[in-house]
Amino acid sequence: MGILNNSPALPVLILLPAAILIPLAGLVRERLAYHLAVLSTGLAAAVSALNLAKVLEGGAIHYWLGGWFPPIGIEYVLDHLSAFIVLVVNVIAFLVILHSRVLVAREIPAPGKHVPYYAVALLMLCGFNGILVTGDFFNLYVWLEISSLALYGLVAVGGKKSAVAAFRYLIMGTIGASFYLIGLAFLFTSTGTLNMADMKAVFPHIAGQPAAAVGLVLMVVGFGLKMALFPLHGWLPDAYTQAPSSSSALIAPVGTKVAAYVLFRLLFFVFVPEEAGRGLPVAQAVGWLSAAGIIFGSVMAIAQKEMKRMLAYSSIAQIGYIGLGIGLANSFGFIGAVLHVMNHAVMKALLFLTAGHFRMRLGHSRIPELDETARRRMPWTTAAFSVGALSMVGLPPAVGFFSKWYLALGTIDRSNWIFLGVILASSLLNAVYFFRVIERLYLVKSGPKDGESESAVSEAPASMLLPVLLLAAAIIVLGLLNAFVVKGVLQAAVPPGMT
Amino acid sequence: MSPFAPILVSLAAAVLILASGRRANLREAWTLAAAAAKFLLVLALLPPALAGRPAEAVLFELSPGVRFALRADALGVSFALLSSGLWILTSVYSIGYMRGLKEHKQTRYFASFAVCLSSAVGIALSANLLTFIVFYEILTIATYPLVIHKEAPAAVRAGRKYLAYTLTAGVVLIAAAAIVWRAAGSLEFTAGGIGGLAGAGAGTIKALFVLFLAGVGVKASVMPLHGWLPTAMIAPTPVSALLHAVAVVKAGVFGALRVVGFVFGPRLMADHGLNMVLAVFAGATIVLASLLAFKQDNLKRRLAYSTVGHLSYIVLGAALLAPTAYAGAVLHMAFHATMKITLFFCAGAIYVRLHRENISQLDGVGRIMPWTMGAFALGAVGLAGLPPLDGFISKWYLGLGAAEAGRTAAILLLVGSGLLNAGYFFPILQRAFFRPAKEKVEGKGDASPLLVVPLAATAALSLILGLWPDLGARFMTLAKTAAAAVFGGGP
Repeated sequence: MGILNNSPALPVLILLPAAILIPLAGLVRERLAYHLAVLSTGLAAAVSALNLAKVLEGGAIHYWLGGWFPPIGIEYVLDHLSAFIVLVVNVIAFLVILHSRVLVAREIPAPGKHVPYYAVALLMLCGFNGILVTGDFFNLYVWLEISSLALYGLVAVGGKKSAVAAFRYLIMGTIGASFYLIGLAFLFTSTGTLNMADMKAVFPHIAGQPAAAVGLVLMVVGFGLKMALFPLHGWLPDAYTQAPSSSSALIAPVGTKVAAYVLFRLLFFVFVPEEAGRGLPVAQAVGWLSAAGIIFGSVMAIAQKEMKRMLAYSSIAQIGYIGLGIGLANSFGFIGAVLHVMNHAVMKALLFLTAGHFRMRLGHSRIPELDETARRRMPWTTAAFSVGALSMVGLPPAVGFFSKWYLALGTIDRSNWIFLGVILASSLLNAVYFFRVIERLYLVKSGPKDGESESAVSEAPASMLLPVLLLAAAIIVLGLLNAFVVKGVLQAAVPPGMT
Repeated sequence: MSPFAPILVSLAAAVLILASGRRANLREAWTLAAAAAKFLLVLALLPPALAGRPAEAVLFELSPGVRFALRADALGVSFALLSSGLWILTSVYSIGYMRGLKEHKQTRYFASFAVCLSSAVGIALSANLLTFIVFYEILTIATYPLVIHKEAPAAVRAGRKYLAYTLTAGVVLIAAAAIVWRAAGSLEFTAGGIGGLAGAGAGTIKALFVLFLAGVGVKASVMPLHGWLPTAMIAPTPVSALLHAVAVVKAGVFGALRVVGFVFGPRLMADHGLNMVLAVFAGATIVLASLLAFKQDNLKRRLAYSTVGHLSYIVLGAALLAPTAYAGAVLHMAFHATMKITLFFCAGAIYVRLHRENISQLDGVGRIMPWTMGAFALGAVGLAGLPPLDGFISKWYLGLGAAEAGRTAAILLLVGSGLLNAGYFFPILQRAFFRPAKEKVEGKGDASPLLVVPLAATAALSLILGLWPDLGARFMTLAKTAAAAVFGGGP
């Protein structure tokens, strides 16, 4: 098939035209927007699966846009790492978009806003895909801006409060992007190239220069901010809480992961941070900040009364796992971190979607007001939430256990007992804030006004339930079969020279 | 016969139980059918285990190099037989108890029970530490709905305490497993100890020992990690019976037997002096728990402290590092179960029939409920370690083992603890049989047959196993085989 020769670019080439077509299709019939979005994300997910299969078979795929070779042209590269994360992002996006029809209609009631919503959502996903496949640092910046601007829109559409949250995110996100751009400028002036592979080849010659170190640090800080690396997480809780549930379910599982991917790429594949001038411990700094973020995020999550806000703080903690793996800079740490990209994406998508169910059917997701009613009326949603919660706590055989397992092995190889303690303590803190919710859902008797709304509240419709149950099943199945992912994909993705 | 079959049968039953929640009789039929099937499936694993060719099953890798694998060796089969066999009686009793009290949410109850039993047998048959942890954590979670069954504030608090203890222990155990994997390169349970561990530094070994002690010590309720157990007595009585005799605490002591015999191995334990540390913890627990038992007026709480003490017999047996003591420990794991479950069943029957929970209210109960209190007497005599009950046999072997290891202190401890057991159990019998009843009781006769038959059966079992300890399930041979594997095949 000729078209598959363009395969690294294909997800982008599917999502970008779809994002443009949606407003046109919306003119014909509003409902077409949803169908087109489902279709294109589904197609993108299928293509990503094929791409991963191709990479597993024949190694990394390089593609030169327009036939221009680097360093002049832009190169797209799919290797094990990017092909894997592209697949995770597109599959999760497909499930969330599939789930979104009823919820979007409900949470964005203004007429005529659904069509742009889907267009913007696809634009954001397109940007994510671009960041993941590009082999060019400046092209990466372009995709970053595309995805970020779309993301601000997705947050802002929720209402008055969400506009403020989005504006705050916009300011901070722009600062992060600027950091990245300035850092890149430093490196460009020193190396004369924007292509990642070129940069890798030239870098050892300039490694001693201060410009190289400054450039690298600025880029890491920029993406640290996009990734919500503690203490650069300030934008995240408001953005996730105030965004419509569909948006938070789309952004939270994959958005920060894409930024984490860039850190993997920067620190382990393009630059060897120790070489970037005077043994600069960039990766280690990321690790220690993440360890602090794990504890901070978990403690803050315990203090939250709103479920979505709790999940947002939990995201800060979970991102910390990925950062911790980066900090370990050994193969188990790397495997744990990349596996956690997938695991956390599945878990957080599930949890935000179920939070959306609660909001839709109960009218709120405030933890102190939850009670048995939720469980009686929505048994499947509640069960799925519980599966996600137990996985977050890290109980085997759910996926959440295995990220912790590999990270723990990585800490032992480094003899870093503090990191090991942080990982284990985080499990228990997770247990505190998730069992608090589970306890309410199953054990707190419903209040006296229960009778009147008897018929009003019932289980979410099948179109919403199906993706949620799929995600819940994936938590168990991917957990049991994680060794296939680790051996088949991740061990091959470990950067050369890492032990 | 694949060792996975007995695990899956009760897991499937849990699904069926949930699906037939509206039809109580069908639901209970699933429980009973699964219990019977499970026991027979485990029984099929017995001959190969005795012949020294344990049945094995390997599914897939859980983590590169560590497989999801089962191995039905003598020690594992012993625990699997005990838990699946007593599940049959507990199921019958549960039906009587739950219906007798018209308890709510029985579907959740029976489904959780089935999952508990699945994971208990999974723990028993796990071939390596990671598989063990998977089932160990499932057991933790599956027990939670049983502990909080009553849903009263006290039950919810007990549930929190239970989770706080057991989840922390689970996390610690995970750390221990990760360190073993990196230090020894293997997580396989190996009779006589994982070979690769011998090369690890003394500091690593000692750190590992502390982690394991905390990891399995919580479920084995070694003091000072026992706090959750008396609190969890808030649960319905069949659950207490399950917690104490069948699954949860036995999973803890089973873990201790595995860790001593199959992870560290006797030689490594002795080389680093770990056995003494373990013995001191166990000995202190035996004495303190027995003394605390005297103070309890609530019958179930007294039984709870008695359990704490008896579990440490098993830990002590492992710590003595003598083949006979290890065999005695394996035996006591099974035999303590038959006696303690009898006592809990009796406590539950008294509660259903008379709604009495405290020992001070038991005057004259022996005349109202002769069968129940007769069974109680047998169980109490057995726990005090007197013949002809099975408690005597296991204790005898523990004592022989202590002599073999040259630990006079341990023998004195066992004798003293027997006296203490008699001291806190016999006053109950004296009240029940020799004091006149204080208040009139409505109705006549013992509790319902659904309650009395199981408790009479477990009491009879204790007696039969006391006379012929190798009958049927071959507990004696299994225990000796396990001990021979650990001490004969050492590195």
